[in-house]
Amino acid sequence: MTTRIEDRFAALRAEGRPALMTYVMGGDPDYDTCLEIMHALVEGGADLIELGIPFSDPMADGPTVQAAGRRALLGGQTLRKTLALVEAFRTRNADTPIILMGYFNPIYIYGVDAFLAEALRVGVDGLIIVDLPPETDEELCLPALKAGLNFVRLATPTTDDNRLPAVLGNTSGFVYYVAIKGITGTRSADPVAVGEAVGRIKASTDLPVAVGFGIRTADDAAAIGAVADGVVVGSALVGTIEASLDGDGQATDITVDKVQALTADLAAGVRRARRAA
Amino acid sequence: MTVAINSYRTGPDEGGNFGLFGGRFVAETLMPLILDLERAYAEAKEDPAFAAELNGLNATYAGRPSPLYFAERLTEELGGAKIYFKRDELNHTGSHKINNCLGQILLARRMGKSRIIAETGAGQHGVATATVCARFGLKAVIYMGATDVERQAPNVFRMKLLGAEVIPVTAGAGTLKDAMNEALRDWVATVDETYYLIGTAAGPHPYPMLVRDFQSVIGRECREQILEAEGRLPDVAVACVGGGSNAIGLFHPFLDDTDVDLIGVEAGGHGVDVDNGHAASLSGGKPGVLHGNRTFLLQDDDGQILEGHSISAGLDYPGIGPEHSWLKDIGRVRYVPVTDTEALEGFKLLARTEGILPALEPAHALAHVAKLAPTMDRDQIIVMNLCGRGDKDVHTVASALEAQEATRS
Repeated sequence: MTTRIEDRFAALRAEGRPALMTYVMGGDPDYDTCLEIMHALVEGGADLIELGIPFSDPMADGPTVQAAGRRALLGGQTLRKTLALVEAFRTRNADTPIILMGYFNPIYIYGVDAFLAEALRVGVDGLIIVDLPPETDEELCLPALKAGLNFVRLATPTTDDNRLPAVLGNTSGFVYYVAIKGITGTRSADPVAVGEAVGRIKASTDLPVAVGFGIRTADDAAAIGAVADGVVVGSALVGTIEASLDGDGQATDITVDKVQALTADLAAGVRRARRAA
Repeated sequence: MTVAINSYRTGPDEGGNFGLFGGRFVAETLMPLILDLERAYAEAKEDPAFAAELNGLNATYAGRPSPLYFAERLTEELGGAKIYFKRDELNHTGSHKINNCLGQILLARRMGKSRIIAETGAGQHGVATATVCARFGLKAVIYMGATDVERQAPNVFRMKLLGAEVIPVTAGAGTLKDAMNEALRDWVATVDETYYLIGTAAGPHPYPMLVRDFQSVIGRECREQILEAEGRLPDVAVACVGGGSNAIGLFHPFLDDTDVDLIGVEAGGHGVDVDNGHAASLSGGKPGVLHGNRTFLLQDDDGQILEGHSISAGLDYPGIGPEHSWLKDIGRVRYVPVTDTEALEGFKLLARTEGILPALEPAHALAHVAKLAPTMDRDQIIVMNLCGRGDKDVHTVASALEAQEATRS
């Protein structure tokens, strides 16, 4: 049986264009607005959604995503509510793959088996857990694969040829290439270097390779999309949410529209990257 | 409960695990680097020149061995067991932190790194890092929580005088946990040239192991010195635990001497029954994953890490080194909390009876010794690691005592 993630990448391959993956933080700026934003991402042209699990200590994230996590936690977001958000989203959208992205501790405390069962039930498709490298596969990766979820691994500029097989080993769905050395939202990705790295990864795997960290604009999306199977945009969208809030950090009338407008722009970018199928 | 095993000193395993605890929970960007570090350390351990250089620096630069001191007046005052202090506060830079920094700076040089980053709470590790960087001509960047920058101002000044760049971290409560997050973020962006000099026996493998190894000089010396002074091992060894580096350094050489009762003293803050009012992760936390390792953490039901509280900036950390979590789990070491108020009493007691101003961190250990000694016989022996001097804390102590006076009057 294929997963929603695999089906979506297969369909886009047939269409001859890269995927647009959009990241927002679960519960940012609040639960209800976040749900609206998820639908707006799809309306705007997102092909897959990455939904952040807020964590008090996001070591791999820059200031923009850190602030989003704080907003969500202050608003009472929990892992339980993030799973509920997916369940609510699925009542109106059965096709768009959802990948939960975050850090291990909230899942560990929830309980791995209970979490996996609930994630499957509500319609989560994949997991990206930043602080679980291949050395820790027994913690969550292998149980997740067994349960039928995709476990997406991060490859980085420091992943050399010796290490690549370990990184690709238990990866499924797609490979997420981190385009920069550094945290989210802080540097620009260089399309030439990214193209070489994606080529190196694709020589070792048949999985699609999506690229994230350092992609902010439609032009970035077009340039990176030309050399990858997918582009991930996070901090730019999260920053757009932040900029739309009122002085108390609450959503305003323009919040959802602004996110949808940027998504539409990015979607046009990935479509410019269309290659011969 | 104590489990029967041949030795308590064989850990960690190849994956960096001490039983359930430890491991390598880091972003992929950092994995190749910590694997490099593990290799570099394994090679250094086999190289007699490395040990010779470290021993030489310990002797002539840090001032080791530190003395073992019989606290005669304190012993009389408490009227029970004989109390000895391992005087690691007499080291260069005023705490045990220099032991680890000298070891790691030699590793950083072997690895060809030109830039050193570190996190600091009380500033003792920051000062020690700035010191060794000055000594070896390497650039030092120190991350320190903004709250700690304020309450440990003398150490901030020291670090700057030593040529380090001090970056205040305003995220969270602005304490040690936040400084460590920010140091990790720096490291992920500068992996090629940067060495992360972790100050406590926590973080991803191999840090808990190598910090322990470099700090174990405390316990090795102490074991020899007490045998010399008393002709036998102590009945009890006591040390304060935040991340736990001075404690693991004292305890590790005694782990297989199962007649020696080992006690780690945690920061009980306002009391362990006060929600988020203490930093006693073993007495009041549960296992979780943070900063590269699985260990006891102060956290809520959703796995969000709590800030905790202690009057002592050096103990104000919601986690603890993974080896301590294991030692608690198997029952080899006992961990007890001591409150802010009790630590202040300990501080005053030592100043009055022995003419020593301890740092607020070992003042916690002292407060427990003050409870314990009177319950023991006069021919029994306690050794306590006096891991830091109190100069940095005099302002904190003064304002805390003033506040106490104000409440009383």
